[in-house]
Amino acid sequence: MSIKTRQGSESQILAVGAYRPKRLVPNSEIVDRIESSDEWIQQRTGIESRRFADESESLLDMAIWAAEDALKNAKLTIDDIDTVVVATITFPFQAPSAATALLQRMGNPKAAAFDINAACAGFCYAVSMAHDFVKAGTSKKVLVIGAEKISDFTDPSDRATAFIFADGAGAVIIGESQEAGIGPVVWGSDADSRDAIQMNPSWIDVRDTETQLTKADIKWPNISQEGQKVFRWAVFSMSKAALKALEAAGLTVNDIDAFIPHQANVRIIETMAKEMDMPSSVIIADDIRKNGNTSAASIPLAMDALLDQHPELHGKLALIIGYGAGLVYAGQVVKLPPKP
Amino acid sequence: MALAQADVLAGLKEIVEEVAGIPAASIELDKNFTEDLEVDSLSMVEVVVACEERFGVKIPDEKVTDLVTVGDAVNFIVNASN
Repeated sequence: MSIKTRQGSESQILAVGAYRPKRLVPNSEIVDRIESSDEWIQQRTGIESRRFADESESLLDMAIWAAEDALKNAKLTIDDIDTVVVATITFPFQAPSAATALLQRMGNPKAAAFDINAACAGFCYAVSMAHDFVKAGTSKKVLVIGAEKISDFTDPSDRATAFIFADGAGAVIIGESQEAGIGPVVWGSDADSRDAIQMNPSWIDVRDTETQLTKADIKWPNISQEGQKVFRWAVFSMSKAALKALEAAGLTVNDIDAFIPHQANVRIIETMAKEMDMPSSVIIADDIRKNGNTSAASIPLAMDALLDQHPELHGKLALIIGYGAGLVYAGQVVKLPPKP
Repeated sequence: MALAQADVLAGLKEIVEEVAGIPAASIELDKNFTEDLEVDSLSMVEVVVACEERFGVKIPDEKVTDLVTVGDAVNFIVNASN
C-alpha cells in the first residue's frame, strides 16, 4: 500500500494589513535618558520617531488588528483561514501561543496555529513556510503575522538599543495562485554570532532572583546588540543573500520594482542597496524613519506603508529580506498584493 | 610579502574619502578617525570591509575598536599582510 499525498499550487500574497500604535515618540522624547541627540540618532540610523504601544495595545491586540486589516483587504473572514503563523519574540507567555490566543478572540478556534521565533527574520521565515504549506496542499489560506511589543523588553537607558526598537504588527494572507507569487527562499544562519543580538538574562535567572526583582540592579530580559558587528553582517552578508534570492527566482535587481528589507537602520538599507547596485528605478522602503525597528513586524508594516505611498506597486515584484538575532536570515521575491 | 606602508596609506586615503567623503589630503597617519576625521562607528565598518577587500587581509570585529588613528589601521594592515 502506498501513502496518498496532497497536491498544492503556487501561492501569492492576497493582502497586507497593519496596526501601528497610536503613540508616536520623537527622538527628543528619549534622548535625555541615553545622553544622545536627535541629530546623532538620525545620522546613525535615519530614525526620526518610533511608535510605542501603551497598556491598551497589547501584542495580541496589535496582532489581531493587523490581521483584521489584512482580512478586510482580502475580502475574507477569519473562518476562511486554515493556518495561522505568528512571528514574534515578545509575546509575554511561553505557552500557549499568540496564534491560538488570536484565534480564540477572533472566533475561529479550529485552524492550525503556532508561533515562530526567527527574530527580525521571522516574517520572511513565516512567508516561506506559508508558501510551502500552500504548495504542498497542506493549507489553502495562511494568515502570517509579524507582531512585536519590544518596548516591554528594551532598557530605555541602553545607549545601543533604546532609540532603535519599536512596537507594531503587520499581517499578510497567503493563498493559492495560478502563477508563482512567491519565489524560492534563500535562508540560513550564522549561529557563531548568536551573542551579537540577545535578550538576557534567561527566565531561569529571573526566577532565581525573583525575590529581589524590586531592586534596580536585577535585570529584566532586555534586548541588547553589538552595533558594529550586526552592521557588518547585515550590510555585507545580507546584500549577498538578497542577490541570491533574486537569482533563485531567475531575476536581477533590474527586474524588481521594490526593495523591502527588514527596517533595521537606514544606513544598513542604503549601504545594502549600494552593494547590490540597486538601480534608482527600484523603490526602497524606509518605514523605519517614522516608525522605528519593529523586528518581525517591520517588513509587512513597510510593505503596507509603501503600497499606501505608491499604489502603482500593487501586483508588482518586490524583494524582501529579514535578518536578525541568531543570527538568522531569510529572503525571497514576492509579488505585492493586488489593490483591495 | 608585507605591503609597503606608503601603499597602504594611499589606498586607505582613497577608501576613507569614498566611504566618508573626507578629502584624502586631510588624512594623515596621526589623525584620529573619530575625533579628527569624524568617521563614525558604522562608516568605520565600511572602511574596514573595504580595506579587507583591497589589501587581502582579515580585520576581525574585535580589532576594529583598536584602530583609533589612521596609523593604527595602516600598521595593522601592514602587519596582517606579512
